[in-house]
Amino acid sequence: MKSSMKNQVINIRPGTIIQGKWHHNQYEIVKQLGHGACGTVYLALFQHKHVALKISRQQASITTEVNVLKALNQVQGARLGPSLMDVDDFVTARGVSFSFYVMENLQGYELNRFIRQKGQEWLGILTLQLLDDLDALHQAGWVFGDLKPENLMVTAPPPRLRWIDVGGTTRIGRAIKEFTEFYDRGYWGLGSRKAEPGYDLFALAMVLIQVSYPKRFDRGADPARTLKTKLRHAPMLQKYVPCIERALFGKYSSSKEMKHDLLNSMTTRSRNVSSTSRRKHVPKQQKKGIHPREKYRILEPIGIGVVLLLFGMVFMMLQSL
Amino acid sequence: MKKGTLKQILLITDGCSNQGEDPSAVSALIRQQGITVNVIGVLEDDGSEDPEGLQEVEEIASAGGGVSRIVYAKALSQTVQMVTRQAMTQTLQGVVNQELQQILGSDQSMDDLPPEKRGEVMEVVEDLGETCDLEVLVLVDTSASMTNKLPTVKEALEDLSLSLNARTGKNRFAIFSFPGNRKNISEILSWTPAIEHISSVFPKLTSGGITPTGPALKEAMFQFASAPALKERSKTDEIIYEEPGH
Repeated sequence: MKSSMKNQVINIRPGTIIQGKWHHNQYEIVKQLGHGACGTVYLALFQHKHVALKISRQQASITTEVNVLKALNQVQGARLGPSLMDVDDFVTARGVSFSFYVMENLQGYELNRFIRQKGQEWLGILTLQLLDDLDALHQAGWVFGDLKPENLMVTAPPPRLRWIDVGGTTRIGRAIKEFTEFYDRGYWGLGSRKAEPGYDLFALAMVLIQVSYPKRFDRGADPARTLKTKLRHAPMLQKYVPCIERALFGKYSSSKEMKHDLLNSMTTRSRNVSSTSRRKHVPKQQKKGIHPREKYRILEPIGIGVVLLLFGMVFMMLQSL
Repeated sequence: MKKGTLKQILLITDGCSNQGEDPSAVSALIRQQGITVNVIGVLEDDGSEDPEGLQEVEEIASAGGGVSRIVYAKALSQTVQMVTRQAMTQTLQGVVNQELQQILGSDQSMDDLPPEKRGEVMEVVEDLGETCDLEVLVLVDTSASMTNKLPTVKEALEDLSLSLNARTGKNRFAIFSFPGNRKNISEILSWTPAIEHISSVFPKLTSGGITPTGPALKEAMFQFASAPALKERSKTDEIIYEEPGH
């Protein structure tokens, strides 16, 4: 498959020294970390420290990504994306020119592996954090675009979901620059490819769904129905189903709304408080759809009580033996 | 900077031409008309085909100032939109480079600008890419070996329309197939702002082993001349994007 890859992947041998044409910094290539739509990322050594170096034949895409990273680095109060360290060109001995940029090397776990190892309860928490970051990003006038597990990483401690590839980040109101079908609402027939907060929230919902379906699935003849069915059959996601569904069907206009909803569904104890504040946030047409679920909510504490009672009885019986 | 219309031909094929003039030569001629030629070579998903057999793909695209990719059928949707986008950026960058040369009065291009200055130039390119009008003529190879791939091609084209119509600028698409019945190409869809529901018009197949890529490309070139002008486009702000040779 050499020829089909020729356009995208650049193979650099470990140990190669990349020296910038403009700033003359030297980077020693350690190994390849991965490759995206328009470049290859390497782990490199700079002044005895590890850095990530993205290199591409396409100067334009490198410049675009650098623009985004600069903008993200300027957003106050949130660490959005890896911090940018250097931008330069590399000219090989044969005179071929490449463009590259250097950023901090984030280390961590893949999202799915982290959830498998540390427990499902982290899924909601990491999502809440990500919603904060998305909100800051949207406030700054950008949409992440290509939101998917491959572009996310859990760094620790403390565990935090961070994005590592900002190649798809697009100004609000423009056409999404880069996307991946499974996480793209256009592919599912559930919206346009215009950059708006709802686009990211859809992708985020799909990220949550793929935690239960790591192999992903096809959209089928009726994509919306496929999603609903898959969601219903994912035990890990039951707590979040109403929230995920609303994100999928474009009911949220901001990350804040989704965060609020998600937080309510996670904090089961303060149920009375949550159900009143929830009402404020849900658009009127939505109310009807929620009522049946609210009924079940009343049954839930009764169920829990019964289970506790049974446990208690079993315990007593065991003790009396 | 004035707003203009970008013109592209997107050739989707799975094999080498075997009839008529050299497609690369035709492609070079088309480029001279200010039209970019992009080529996507489609492989069977089972990997039974030899990518090397599609060497011509790259030659046609480079002669036409465009972008080429060789992909498996299942990756087509993503590729079609990426190739179109990338070619737009490439062409626009050429235009901006020309403007830069005029301003700077030398043969400076973006490569000669330090990385810090490139950012602003790229913003201009991106702005143009978002707002310019675009005409894409899709030329689909429907020779026998493409049979299995046509449903995927159809899906990819509808998807391309979805992507491009999220832009601020206007789009027009046309779809032609080759070889045509007694002609070099036949029209599947005439110039239209969006590709939707083309299933009914997408041809079942034209059989036979001939692939007259060169003659088909030439015929496609003439389809731009006969296309009626965009409504809001007046003659005064019409400029032809030409990519400077590099």
